Amino acid sequence: MSVRRSTIIFAWILLLPALLYVSVIVAYPLVDTFILSFTDASLKKTTKWVGAVNYDKIFNSTFAEVIIRTFVWTFFSVSIKMIIGTFGAVMLNAAVPGRALFRVLTMPPWIVPMAIGIFMWGWMYNGQFGMISGMLQNWGLVDGPVAFLAHGSTAFWATIITDVWIGVPLVTLYLLASIQAIPQDLYEAAWTDGAGRFYRFRRITLPLLVPAMITMSMLSLIATFNSFDIIWILTQGGPNGDTTTMIIDTYRTAIGSKKYGEGAARAVVICIFLSIFCLLYFRVTHRLASGESR
Amino acid sequence: MSQPALINRYRWYELIGIYAGIFVFLTFILAPFVEGFLVSLKPLGLLFSSPYRFWPENGSFAAYRSMWVSVPGFARYIFNSFFISTIVTVVVLSLVVPAAYAFARFRFRGSGPLLAAFLAVNMFSGAVLLIPLFRLMRSFGVLNTYFAMIVPGVAFLIPSAIWLLRTYMMRIPRELDEAAFVDGASHFYTLRRVILPIAMPGITVVAITTFIGSYAQQFIFALTFNSKTEYMPLPIGLFAYFGRQEVIWNELMAASFVGIAPAVILIFLMQRYLVAGLTAGAVKQ
Repeated sequence: MSVRRSTIIFAWILLLPALLYVSVIVAYPLVDTFILSFTDASLKKTTKWVGAVNYDKIFNSTFAEVIIRTFVWTFFSVSIKMIIGTFGAVMLNAAVPGRALFRVLTMPPWIVPMAIGIFMWGWMYNGQFGMISGMLQNWGLVDGPVAFLAHGSTAFWATIITDVWIGVPLVTLYLLASIQAIPQDLYEAAWTDGAGRFYRFRRITLPLLVPAMITMSMLSLIATFNSFDIIWILTQGGPNGDTTTMIIDTYRTAIGSKKYGEGAARAVVICIFLSIFCLLYFRVTHRLASGESR
Repeated sequence: MSQPALINRYRWYELIGIYAGIFVFLTFILAPFVEGFLVSLKPLGLLFSSPYRFWPENGSFAAYRSMWVSVPGFARYIFNSFFISTIVTVVVLSLVVPAAYAFARFRFRGSGPLLAAFLAVNMFSGAVLLIPLFRLMRSFGVLNTYFAMIVPGVAFLIPSAIWLLRTYMMRIPRELDEAAFVDGASHFYTLRRVILPIAMPGITVVAITTFIGSYAQQFIFALTFNSKTEYMPLPIGLFAYFGRQEVIWNELMAASFVGIAPAVILIFLMQRYLVAGLTAGAVKQ
């Protein structure tokens, strides 16, 4: 047996456990979702093939509205995350006393169990006794209590803000690391030439940060599209379905109403969108990588 | 390197601007924790009264004592969270260390697409695959056991762990492997005696991030695949403070802070590794 061949066999042996694991727990369920979506699977013992009925059902219902809502929700959440994250990264990059501490203080929303952060927001949004409504009243900005989670439009934004809050630390720290990877000599050269701080930021930091921002917004897009815990704990998709995104809708259909077949069809639609995002992500990062090495 | 001192010298108004910016940013990040902590100090009567008062008048740590009484299973929930995260971390590491080494060192047909396929797992959350996972867990007969939360939890933490560790291992000079190989060491011996010791700091970072990831994300599988109180992890267990009429908010917040204390302590002890790990995984060379 040649050295090369034994090396390849060794590599496969190393990969095998992880590969098997992911095949059983991720790849197989993916295929199973697809198959289930053409059946009437439910709690019943027997399952029969029903063709595209499940797909007919969802496209005849309010599903289009759910899709649009999901995209709007995701768009605003990702955009706000990127804006606040970039702002935070630039601020934390400044060489001022205390920056190490500030960096650590950025982490909690990301590292603490998500449910706990969401409970805290749930209390702050409370209409009768919560902090936000209370503060607004104390400052005389609103007349009566505002129950943020009880009305469609405010609940929609409330869930976005909480999602932003959980997502911002990762965006910030990622962009901060990217800023710090920019070669220092560029700044020194510009500084020697008399470029001011803002000029250096606009002409060096920002352009060199764009690839990282694109990568991060793609990653963030995928994570946000999948967001479940926040909406589920805060509103369960209510009021009147105004915060029902595709994930929530699927969960309600499949787990809530035990309509596995219909739920699977919805999950397939989500998978199609995610695959598109995924391809887009690989293509963009690939292009960025080949552009960087030139 | 005398220039950085000069180049980084801020004028007074710039300093004010920076600190103001940081203050606004951190206020957004930390406000819920501050409010949550103050709530945990307030008696329930003060909480359910208007107008709203920010500072706890006659506040006390009473909720930190009564929380153990109202939900006797609380200590168990924390234990469960730790237990699940520990097992998840051990399983992830045992799968990921060899795989990351293979991806870092060997080029073979299909290695590129295979790595991409592993990373693509990150694109699907557990929520999308919940129905078949539920059926799978049922057919394994592990619904309502620790395994129902551990087994799917592991799968979704594998991709970023592989990515992080592969990046780290690629920085280990190839000459080390080659030297060992020339001396007649087998592949396996090289991995165990040469690579593993050097990669230990990287493995530690991956272990920490996996543990924290697992601790932070125990929700949907625990919500759907387990209904036994004795196996519930912290996030689900906290729902016990949602009483029939009203939520016992001060105890819920007190319990939350007790529950996150371990994670916070871990952050402060390990923050150097955390930042290093994040940087290694995030900024590609």
